[in-house]
Amino acid sequence: MHKILLVIRREYLARVKKKSFLLATLITPLIFPTIMGIFLWIAFSDSESEDRLRIIEVVDENNNFFMESEDNYAFSYSGIDIEAAKELVKSGSRFGFLYIPKIDLEKPVGITYYSDENPSMTFVGSLESTLKRKIDELRLYNSGIDPKLIASLRTDVSIQAITLAPTGKETVSNATVNYAIGFVTGILIYTFIFVYGNQIMQGVIEEKSSRIIEILISSLKPFQLMMGKILGIGAVGLTQFLIWIFLISAVSSLVMGFFGQQMPQQQALELVNPTGPLMEGSNEIGQILQVLSDINFVQLALTFVFYFIGGYLLYGAFFAAIGAAVDTPSDAQQFMFPVTIPLIIAYLGLFIFVLDDPNSKISFWLSVIPFTSPIAMMGRVSFGVPFYELALSMFFLVGGFLFTTWIAGKIYRIGILVHGTKVGYRTLWRWFKTK
Amino acid sequence: MNVLEISSLFKNYGSHRALSNIDLHVPQGSIFGLLGPNGAGKTTLIRIINQIIEADSGKILFKGESLRQDHIQHIGYLPEERGLYKKMKVGEQLLYFAQIKGIRTSDARIKVRDWLERLGISEWRNKKIEDLSKGMAQKVQFIATIIHSPELLILDEPFSGFDPVNAEIIKNEILDLRDNGTTVILSTHRMESVELLCDHIAMIHKSQKVIDGPLHEIRRKARTNIFFVKLLKDENLRIADWPDFREFEDHVSFKIPLCGTPPNEMLRQLMCHGSVIGFEEVVPSIGDIFIQKVKENDHA
Repeated sequence: MHKILLVIRREYLARVKKKSFLLATLITPLIFPTIMGIFLWIAFSDSESEDRLRIIEVVDENNNFFMESEDNYAFSYSGIDIEAAKELVKSGSRFGFLYIPKIDLEKPVGITYYSDENPSMTFVGSLESTLKRKIDELRLYNSGIDPKLIASLRTDVSIQAITLAPTGKETVSNATVNYAIGFVTGILIYTFIFVYGNQIMQGVIEEKSSRIIEILISSLKPFQLMMGKILGIGAVGLTQFLIWIFLISAVSSLVMGFFGQQMPQQQALELVNPTGPLMEGSNEIGQILQVLSDINFVQLALTFVFYFIGGYLLYGAFFAAIGAAVDTPSDAQQFMFPVTIPLIIAYLGLFIFVLDDPNSKISFWLSVIPFTSPIAMMGRVSFGVPFYELALSMFFLVGGFLFTTWIAGKIYRIGILVHGTKVGYRTLWRWFKTK
Repeated sequence: MNVLEISSLFKNYGSHRALSNIDLHVPQGSIFGLLGPNGAGKTTLIRIINQIIEADSGKILFKGESLRQDHIQHIGYLPEERGLYKKMKVGEQLLYFAQIKGIRTSDARIKVRDWLERLGISEWRNKKIEDLSKGMAQKVQFIATIIHSPELLILDEPFSGFDPVNAEIIKNEILDLRDNGTTVILSTHRMESVELLCDHIAMIHKSQKVIDGPLHEIRRKARTNIFFVKLLKDENLRIADWPDFREFEDHVSFKIPLCGTPPNEMLRQLMCHGSVIGFEEVVPSIGDIFIQKVKENDHA
């Protein structure tokens, strides 16, 4: 055990002391807030420019459609013809013009919007929905129903989902929030396994190709060396990860704080939820806050750390064995396939099945089989997973880790001493069987 | 007393026989030459002693005890295929090698400092291996092997890759270690280094031991009782029918078998043929002995 600690220490310090570690650790978290900042800045300057009113000329041959002006758009009715309206757009005194020919209300066709630039989807969409509303109202009116009556009868319904625990505890749930949590944590684990798994492989290849390995294993058991390397690099990853969380939250709150001061409260809220009017928006935010406050973050964090480490260890052993079997990283490609496939299945399964329906049979199996569970289970955890399923999955993951380490150890101890031989799956099998 | 006693050792790799019924006794304080051509089984034997691989059968005793995992801290090993962590600093690296051999950190620090001073590379302590010259890295490699003051030092082709200056330094260090009680096993296929250093030798050929014993005894057994003679070319010279006769500008040379005649008597007889300026027994080199043994074995 003492020797494993020595190896862990060496692997950890050798990586943490590198300049590249410092750079990656400091720069990566700056990327997210920077991208966020750029988006905010664009949105912010956009909303500033939109403050100037855009005038749209309406040429309505029905004399029936009165479009109400909005914050950013004003509709002008000058009673001119199409050609004159086109001239107005060309000269720049109108942002665009809307031509409504004489239409049949049953089949309204031929409505056209002219402008000197491509209109945005949102803008065309909002014009369409306004016109649709107007036409609906006209048709109701024509059938003898007062549109105001209809409006007064219209009710907004939004369903609040509440999860009932067997204990009787009720929690407000929100699929979007849970989806986001599952999405982010699942991807983090996927990335972590690949990035640090690769580092294990590179490390083993380095020891093998620099011929230091034989000196090492005359002092240590190969298994101690392999475990020390896997755990040491895992510790580097955790360190980097913790620093990132700290830096991202610090820098993000700085960025948000900066823009928060520059922006009136209302705009800030609209940015968070740009679709609905303010009232609905704040309800939505309120609900999200409610959902967030109901999530057991300690449990979530603990589960995350468990699957984060468990998944890494399970695959880390394989990466070590691959590194031991080859002489150069380019030779490793042929063995990467069996490692990549289950990870990609887990990754796709997360999006296609687990996040879509966390309680389906396939989601259950994906989150219990140890090769896919670290990624798939994170997609389920925030939705709430029955305790026994979580326990089963964790049990299998620990078992899976012991199993892969056992297999990898058998390949590793022989592979590290073999140089210059073309190694295939048959050779690996022979090594595995060697006593 | 023997530091290492090996008996009836067998090792196969699949159908390939690597070691066959090997018996060896390595006396304490000796420099023990393990000889044999490439592929004879030397490295396999060394790896078994270092517990890197296991023998199929046989017995190994280290200082009278059955070889155990914790014995490795008393064994130093310089493999033929060797290297260092290129990105690690000299001092840190040596400290690490001492620690994984089970030396306490505080003791290890002192040993690292002493050895760096001794080989004159103290100022390189905080340099990375990749910044060192090859010769300097070789010194560090050697220190890494002996940093934990092993009782048994196993060197596999120690001089391969060393430049002549460093090879000389390392040779003197090996002799020094031997004088201080360390037992050294020196495995090589280069016979000339053996004659300079070793007290005992064992030869392995095609997985089997073919010769084993103290160097002087092996030499004695290999004596041919043939003498190499040089006579001055002057008026007294009377040439006879000698084997391997050669004529030079100022002398002649030939070989003469004693055939039971004592050397002094032979010398007296030769003096009648002219002025003797050379009279020396023809002793085969270790390399010759080895080649002869291999031939005998192959014919058998």
